Amino acid sequence: MAAVAQLTLEDLRAGLGWRKQLDKLFVIVGLLVMIACLAILAILFLDLVRDGASRFGWDFFTSFPSRKAERAGILSAAVGTTMIMFVTALVALPVGVAAAIYLEEYAPKNWFTGIIEINVTNLAGVPSIVYGLLALGLFVYQFGLGQSVLSAGLTLALLILPIVIVATREALRSVPKAIREAAYGLGATRWEVTRDHVLPYSTGGILTGLILGLSRAIGETAPIITIGALSFIAFLPPSPVSGEFPFLNFEWLRSEFTAMPIQMFNWVSRPDQAFQANAAAAGAILLGMTLLMNALAIWIRYRFRKRINW
Amino acid sequence: MFTTLAIVAILVYESSGFFKHVSLKEFLTDTQWTPLFAEAHYGILPLVAGTLTTTMVALVVAVPLGLTIAIYLSEFASHRLRETVKPILELLGAVPTVVYGYFALLIVTPLLQMIIPNLPGFNMLSAGLVIGLMIIPYVSSVSEDAMRAVPRYMREGSYAMGATRLQTALRVVVPGAFSGLAAAFILGISRAVGETMVVAIAAGMQPNLTFDPREPAATITAYIVQVSLGDLPHGSIGYQSIFAAGLVLMLITLVFNVIGFFLTRRFREAY
Repeated sequence: MAAVAQLTLEDLRAGLGWRKQLDKLFVIVGLLVMIACLAILAILFLDLVRDGASRFGWDFFTSFPSRKAERAGILSAAVGTTMIMFVTALVALPVGVAAAIYLEEYAPKNWFTGIIEINVTNLAGVPSIVYGLLALGLFVYQFGLGQSVLSAGLTLALLILPIVIVATREALRSVPKAIREAAYGLGATRWEVTRDHVLPYSTGGILTGLILGLSRAIGETAPIITIGALSFIAFLPPSPVSGEFPFLNFEWLRSEFTAMPIQMFNWVSRPDQAFQANAAAAGAILLGMTLLMNALAIWIRYRFRKRINW
Repeated sequence: MFTTLAIVAILVYESSGFFKHVSLKEFLTDTQWTPLFAEAHYGILPLVAGTLTTTMVALVVAVPLGLTIAIYLSEFASHRLRETVKPILELLGAVPTVVYGYFALLIVTPLLQMIIPNLPGFNMLSAGLVIGLMIIPYVSSVSEDAMRAVPRYMREGSYAMGATRLQTALRVVVPGAFSGLAAAFILGISRAVGETMVVAIAAGMQPNLTFDPREPAATITAYIVQVSLGDLPHGSIGYQSIFAAGLVLMLITLVFNVIGFFLTRRFREAY
């Protein structure tokens, strides 16, 4: 008590002044740290575009990789990435949405679904290269799919399933109970309620989740290196559409492949300066695609949110 | 749903072949990792050391910066600033990691070489710094959510006692949100441990038993990439060794997640 009694008003004021100074100081420090982080990244990206600028041009998109840096292009990588993304989306969407509908609308609450739920959350924390190892052991050798576009697509689909499931569940959960009750009140079955009422309302959320997942998958390098993507491919997979009956063929699924991030990794790891300009150009394109997909996802979410009024 | 089971099953199945060939004792105590040389050594320690070193460097960058940003956004920034900055920060998490690897090797390393003259072209320092930068968005975003979940009346109680915003943030909000902050750090750690392309590009691929971040070294993930780039026959010892390495990687992330789980439980505040 003696110490308290000795404090004069001046001491208190001085202490308060000091504390307020610290408070102001932190506002500045916080702003600086934030701006510094954003600025460093902005500089890095500008540098990427500047280094790659000399390589942008029609030839870059229509050439195969080459031993000569100035003649190399990303044709096979871009085609490979497109095909892999197609397979990934085709697998991840139905499986992810089905799993989410089951968990959200049908599953009873017991220890088993509890374990599944913890599991789905934890899967998001598994390093992506471990998915690559899984795919190497399971798809490539056990199922005998080989080092193909199909294996790569399945691997990336597995990788983004947790993202799609979590996003879909959130979208399903945000549909008000009243809508379900009303449909049940008219005698609809659980499936009819889900198909005709809940799903249409959650399309926006599901699409957003899928696109965010794909934007993650497009940049993933480690898992597809693990399953054995080649970095030097000077041919295109067989075309999926042909002129004669039956007009579609699935040969391309079995084809060997390369992809944009692999191509970039290959160019970065070469000591030759000229190839690093190629790497920068490929990186800038990859980055552009990722940002575009994210922007698209935000836009879709915004559009759907505006249309729905309950 | 079967993915986790499948991952564990495949890792255990494929690495069982490896452990038939290599004793567990050698795996854990040998200080060299040269499975592809004629005179093969199978000691996982150098790879684990590399992984832990890059992770430490990344955390030294990401934890203070991420926490500062989170405190600033949650306690000081206006609503509008927060809503603008958050999506931008989250975009940074979406940048392909191979692009970050390019930065580490071709921009960050030359800059560091100006400061530390004898720095080799491949080093763990620049890889770790870039990974740190990469995981800042994860750390700050999850931390901020945790801090905003601390109820308003606790802050008001603190203000009423005459505390400033900074004092409230550090002594009321941060302790109150501790379990959420722990979760954020664990998420950051798992990302850093599992990060592959940045270390594969910028840290070199030579296994090296050292905790000095200025030296080149390989991490577990970089080793897996290195082996996969070559053409290894199915069932060979090199092929099996990447599954053993993957198993160790899974175990490390698992250990951190378990620690995180108990931290979260221990410090959970109920409001």
